[in-house]
Amino acid sequence: MHAIQRSAVVAPVAREKKALVTISSLEKRYRSRDRADVHALCDINLAIEDGSFVTIVGPSGCGKSTLLRILAGILARSSGSVRMGQTEIDGPSRQVGVVFQSPVLLPWRTVVDNVMVPSEVQRLDLGAARKRARELLALVGLADFEDRYPGELSGGMQQRVGICRALVHQPSVLLMDEPFGALDAMTRETMNVELLRIWREQNITIILVTHSIPEAIFLADRVVVMTPRPGRVAEVVDVHLPRPRTLAMFNTPDFGRYVTTIRRHFGSVGTE
Amino acid sequence: MSVLSSVSVRRPSRLDRAKAQVGWLSALLLLVILVVWEAAVRMLDIPAIVLPTPIAVFEALGEGLGTGSYLPHIAVTFTEIICGFLAGAGLGIALGILIGQSLFLERLLYPYVVAFQTVPKVAIAPIIVIWFGYGLSSKVIITAAIAFFPLLANTIVGLRSAPTEQIDMLRAHTATEWQIFRMSRLPQALPFIFVGLDVAIVLSVIGAIVGEFVGAKEGLGFLILQKNFNFDMAGVFAILLVLSLIGVGLHLLMTTIQRRVLFWANSNQIHVTGL
Repeated sequence: MHAIQRSAVVAPVAREKKALVTISSLEKRYRSRDRADVHALCDINLAIEDGSFVTIVGPSGCGKSTLLRILAGILARSSGSVRMGQTEIDGPSRQVGVVFQSPVLLPWRTVVDNVMVPSEVQRLDLGAARKRARELLALVGLADFEDRYPGELSGGMQQRVGICRALVHQPSVLLMDEPFGALDAMTRETMNVELLRIWREQNITIILVTHSIPEAIFLADRVVVMTPRPGRVAEVVDVHLPRPRTLAMFNTPDFGRYVTTIRRHFGSVGTE
Repeated sequence: MSVLSSVSVRRPSRLDRAKAQVGWLSALLLLVILVVWEAAVRMLDIPAIVLPTPIAVFEALGEGLGTGSYLPHIAVTFTEIICGFLAGAGLGIALGILIGQSLFLERLLYPYVVAFQTVPKVAIAPIIVIWFGYGLSSKVIITAAIAFFPLLANTIVGLRSAPTEQIDMLRAHTATEWQIFRMSRLPQALPFIFVGLDVAIVLSVIGAIVGEFVGAKEGLGFLILQKNFNFDMAGVFAILLVLSLIGVGLHLLMTTIQRRVLFWANSNQIHVTGL
């Protein structure tokens, strides 16, 4: 809350409306362990603008995590194309940072050394990387915890470290796979507000997968609604809530209308 | 937060106190056993060539150490243990890393490794002595053969234990297979490797003695046979005591190193190895 007040001066910068990530006719099929053919993703077409915040929402099993793993280059697609700028994504890219559902920190490394991992892997200048890692940790309020080990941190703090790690090599896209799913509701809200601040300050494109409809709306410029079996894009909803967003917006009629629009796609519309 | 931390602080301290109490009881138990032993031998008039009294054992130990007659033998056996342990453990870890690289290599090599492991090392010790002579090298080889398997098995399992999420995270940030090995698989395997090292160091003591029993001109195993031959039971027991002190010492050294290296692993994992 206070974080928002402090940096409320800066309205989102006017960004070029250029597609950074282009997904066309993307298909993913695989054979499950019991040898059944699974059609995980069916004809996905999306253009994600540079600097935008896009959330992908859907029930479990709709293939949203599969889509994110394909974007991260750690899962092969069956057909179709995924481009970043002009280049086809056929594997992990240095332009991408990834945050997973669990923090996935290396317990034998200190917090700052965990943040350094992508810079080390990509053989970047380690002195500069350490400086940037420290800045990022300060940005998420963990300046005093740099030299601690992950085991000494709470779940929310660990996930903040995970976010710093995904940003340290200055990627242009941040991919987040249900990053706050394991956190309690209060921490989750705080993290949402904090993430928006990071997004504004770091000037990057964020693609975030979630199964929480309110979270998807609160964060996004655009919400991609997916339905399961096979996973398809049911609708892309542009969110016109003003920025900077505040937690108070959860209770506005506008917010409620977005929730209703998206929930329509998921059948059981809150009737008992 | 405050509730959690106070709980986590209180529990180990209560545990420590309990541990200390059990430690005292344990020492007391030893004393009781020694007293009963001494009294039984005296009252039942058991001959010294069957069972020596604890006092006679300590006298023999004092004489052996005092006159320095044990020292060269201790040095020989200790060298065999350490060299054999290092060779066997090194080979086990190296082969474990190699086999851990692919299921293909595992399927190709592992059956033979298991077949080798099922052969009792005591049974091949005479062959090794004939091949490599009565000196140091045959004992080192027998010890290495015994220390090898725990490390091979634990290294393979350990390298497979890295969470897929960790590997995905590294891969997504463009790590190469070598970087994944270095930054995730190997550190994740360390707790398992240390379990293997701890088992292997204790087995190494057995290996060296077995080797010396089969054929040797010096060493503590040789000394046991010699004293046995002379019906010097107190002397045999004294050397057994020396051997067990060497074993316990090496085990403690290993757990100390382990605690230093694996400060990050959760303590339950470490406790599994406690002998």
